[in-house]
Amino acid sequence: MIWEILCIFLGIGIIFNILASIGLLRFPDVYTRLHAGTKCTTFGSIFICFSAILYGLWRWHDGEKQMLAISIHSFLALIAILLTNPTGAHAIARAAHRSGVKPVKAIVDDLEEVKND
Amino acid sequence: MNVFMLTLVFVLISIAVAMIRVLLGPTVPDRVVGLDTINTLVIGGMILFGVAYKEVIYIDVAIVYALLSYVTTLFIAKYLEGGKL
Amino acid sequence: MLAFLATTIFCFVIWLLLTNNGNMWGMDEIFAGIVFSVIAGIVSRKIFVKDMKMANPKRWFMLLAYLPRFFYEMAKANFDVAYRVITGKIKPGIVKISPGLKNDLSLTILANSITLTPGTLSVDVDDERNLFVHWINVKEEVLEKMPREYKPICSNFPDWARRIGE
Repeated sequence: MIWEILCIFLGIGIIFNILASIGLLRFPDVYTRLHAGTKCTTFGSIFICFSAILYGLWRWHDGEKQMLAISIHSFLALIAILLTNPTGAHAIARAAHRSGVKPVKAIVDDLEEVKND
Repeated sequence: MNVFMLTLVFVLISIAVAMIRVLLGPTVPDRVVGLDTINTLVIGGMILFGVAYKEVIYIDVAIVYALLSYVTTLFIAKYLEGGKL
Repeated sequence: MLAFLATTIFCFVIWLLLTNNGNMWGMDEIFAGIVFSVIAGIVSRKIFVKDMKMANPKRWFMLLAYLPRFFYEMAKANFDVAYRVITGKIKPGIVKISPGLKNDLSLTILANSITLTPGTLSVDVDDERNLFVHWINVKEEVLEKMPREYKPICSNFPDWARRIGE
């Protein structure tokens, strides 16, 4: 039972991580690539961390004492990913707009109007 | 065959696909986006490696790598804006 | 003084979590943890604690109640990105929203939530705490009025951010 849940979590992680890479190749400009590169890798890595936490707790319950440490450390890694990833994306998007990269096919750009005033 | 090692193979494939965008990228922010994606994937790969070999030390390295790569991304973004570091 | 104590206790709890190897902690580990936590508390007390608002337990319960909703929106966002990767249908634009938040903590929570939820990515912020959001699927009816409504762009996340952070 636990083994199947573990495999499902790892499968979701694989699917979204590969989807992020394909999205990086297919989208036309920086901002849409950031959509793929941030959302999908965060979600996929969170599921990989979930499977590590679940595996550690399961082994710990079966009597291997040092596996609890793997659960706790994976949980701290999950929090680090969840906090730092969107902030880094925000910094890249702002730097791209300030260095003059325009969004492709944009039908509205309020930030450009503010800068021209 | 360990299922965690099998997952690690797929994570490495997606790192290779993201590397194409780093090599191609027409502008510098494109390459930075590819680098940021590769950083997150490497963190996931380190966690999988640590769980597969039942070693805690790889997951410690993953936490430190997450925080340091975040600082690196902020520095590159600040440099692209043209501000003082 | 209160900021120093809060930072030290936080660092010490993290130290205990990181040095646990299945057995109880030895006296040497606890002693080294206290020394390093005091050093970290002295150095970073002004960065870590800005004001004592987060000491209220009601905000922590609001944060816990927010997590399931946030996780559901994140799953929806990923299927949305999958749909756009496969079909290639995009209609992007950068719109300005005025959520009317008062401090930096709630603005950070809102910006991170916007980045991880369907179809939106926060790009920039100005001095009056207005956010500029890159929207991958712009709806025409939002563009007619100039102070844009935030409801169609990021549903009710500004209300949640206000409840947690202010």
